[in-house]
Amino acid sequence: MGSREEIFEKLRANTAATYDYPDLGPLESEALTYSDRAAAFCESLTEAGGRAVTAPAGTASEDLAAFVAQTLSVEYPGVRSVVTAPGVDLSGLLPEEVKLSAVGDFQSPEALDGSDVAVVRARFGVAENGAVWIDDFGKYRALLFIAEALVIVLDRNEIVDNMHQAYVRNELQAPRSFGTFISGPSKTADIEQALVFGAHGARSVTVVLV
Amino acid sequence: MSTMHSRAAAGFLKDGSHAQWHDDTLWMVRQKRDRMSRRLPEWEHLRDAACALKMYSNSHLPELLAQFEHNATANGAVVHWARDAREYRETVLKILRDHGAHLFIKSKSMLAEECGLNPYLEENGIETVESDLGERIVQLMHVKPSHIVLPAVHIRRQEIGRLFEKEMGTEQGNCDPTYLTHAARKNLREIFKKADAAMTGANFAVASTGEMVVCTNEGNADIGTSLHKLQITAFGLDKIVPDLRSLGVFTRLLARSGTGQPITSYTTHYARPQEGGEFHIIIVDNGRSDILAKKGHEKALNCLRCGACMNTCPVYRRSGGYSYTYFIPGPIGINLGMLRDPEKYSDNVSACSLCMSCSNVCPAKVDLGEQIYLWRQDLDSLGKADKIKKAVSGALNTVMKRPAVFNTALKLAPMVNHAPRPLVYAKINTWGSGREMPRFATRSFNSLWKKGEVK
Repeated sequence: MGSREEIFEKLRANTAATYDYPDLGPLESEALTYSDRAAAFCESLTEAGGRAVTAPAGTASEDLAAFVAQTLSVEYPGVRSVVTAPGVDLSGLLPEEVKLSAVGDFQSPEALDGSDVAVVRARFGVAENGAVWIDDFGKYRALLFIAEALVIVLDRNEIVDNMHQAYVRNELQAPRSFGTFISGPSKTADIEQALVFGAHGARSVTVVLV
Repeated sequence: MSTMHSRAAAGFLKDGSHAQWHDDTLWMVRQKRDRMSRRLPEWEHLRDAACALKMYSNSHLPELLAQFEHNATANGAVVHWARDAREYRETVLKILRDHGAHLFIKSKSMLAEECGLNPYLEENGIETVESDLGERIVQLMHVKPSHIVLPAVHIRRQEIGRLFEKEMGTEQGNCDPTYLTHAARKNLREIFKKADAAMTGANFAVASTGEMVVCTNEGNADIGTSLHKLQITAFGLDKIVPDLRSLGVFTRLLARSGTGQPITSYTTHYARPQEGGEFHIIIVDNGRSDILAKKGHEKALNCLRCGACMNTCPVYRRSGGYSYTYFIPGPIGINLGMLRDPEKYSDNVSACSLCMSCSNVCPAKVDLGEQIYLWRQDLDSLGKADKIKKAVSGALNTVMKRPAVFNTALKLAPMVNHAPRPLVYAKINTWGSGREMPRFATRSFNSLWKKGEVK
């Protein structure tokens, strides 16, 4: 008998009482919500060590890329290399000395090491914890983790209150190869519980709400 | 008779300032957890839901695991089954050998620790590098983690500074946590790039999608698995959760309970292999199926491995992870050790004051303290009961059954207050070891009551 069958046999033999799937409805409807989700998101993100920048109300959609580029210059002065993910186009918007490339231009994920800033889009954000959901990145998802800093563009109307709402969103129901919630920069407190940003992933995260 | 835990704890407590620092550090994490839980009015209902979901999943394991296997396979992952630690180790080695891998980068996995993966791989010529900062520190020091979430919580920065001077060439005498963390980042980044394959443990395996969900703050699991085309992820079969909706509950509890954050920096769902790569998933039993049949202890399988029970435990905080004889310390470790081998790990069941704080903070409502109490009932049948305590308890039993003897004993008891110290704290009084005995009242409640002096 193979291990799989052996394990299944033991599990069946040892399962005593069975329990039903609980009714999560009451919990999900009483879970914390916010009157201003965008404001709550910004507060949670700041607490997680990230920065939130909101585009002025009424910014025309054709000006949003320029606002992202401007935010990038303000938040990361002296940046030398910027890598954009599909859906983000900053061409012609950054100073000439900045090397701008698309993640698709790279031949290997290792080659992304040394990128100063990655600019990506998030599908939606979560107010209670400042996390954003990013999925189906294709080549190379390493960009999200290997760049020194991460600029994430988020539609301010796409923010849910909490993780219950996040996990029933349509984006989560679609099949994917990969997806991640990112809440602020990489961090660790493994040395005497002292909080340090930039353990392995991005040292800094700026979410631009548009 | 003292236990191995109490002897080791006595050693830990010799350095009073270190012990105090350890206690304070963990209590700080516990307080962070409290602040997080109090922000959510629905907190207790979340715990109830997590417990109910675990009771559901742990009583439907064959269905959920089969569903997971089906979906993961459809995603393009290769699913392996391991009945025990040995099969798990051999499976990992075989996958690595099949791909000619020599340098292997890992993120933290308590399962790997449980199954002795690293020493086995090293013996077989695979260089294995831990990438979680705390795990890397203990690996370089050649010691074991002393906490499941904060592996290096017992080590002072000066020691880490000296270690990194030797291992990473950092500046002499510099033990600034930011400086040291960034030195490790740089050092490990090169290893990440050179490695041939990456491994992670898992926080959740989702039956309905066939995905593995890994939560980290450092992003180490993500860098490793995103750079390498060969990804191995192994999980103990109790990590299965039914669906995404249940993750709404678990992800709200895990980091709030463990480290006092609303969520970890990264909560990553791995479904398919990277383009041109392979994704191997190993489902491990290693005794978990036996726990299902242990009456009174089934809820041990609810554990999310968040570490909250350690942070709150007054005994853990004041005795350190190395005082326990099982590789997982603290309340959950006491229980998992007894479930693994009661003969071998019974020394830990006394490392508990039955304050029940662990049961009250556990996000999945594992009845940790209650289970420890149950294990203590088994000590005698295991031949592990303290002989002196057993004899004294027998004598007390005789006294308490005879009112006249009992009342006389009560009358005489206050004499003990004036007895010479060496007599009161003699070896036979095992309760007097390491603590001050309370004073006997000059008059018993019984005599006060009879004289109508109790209001």
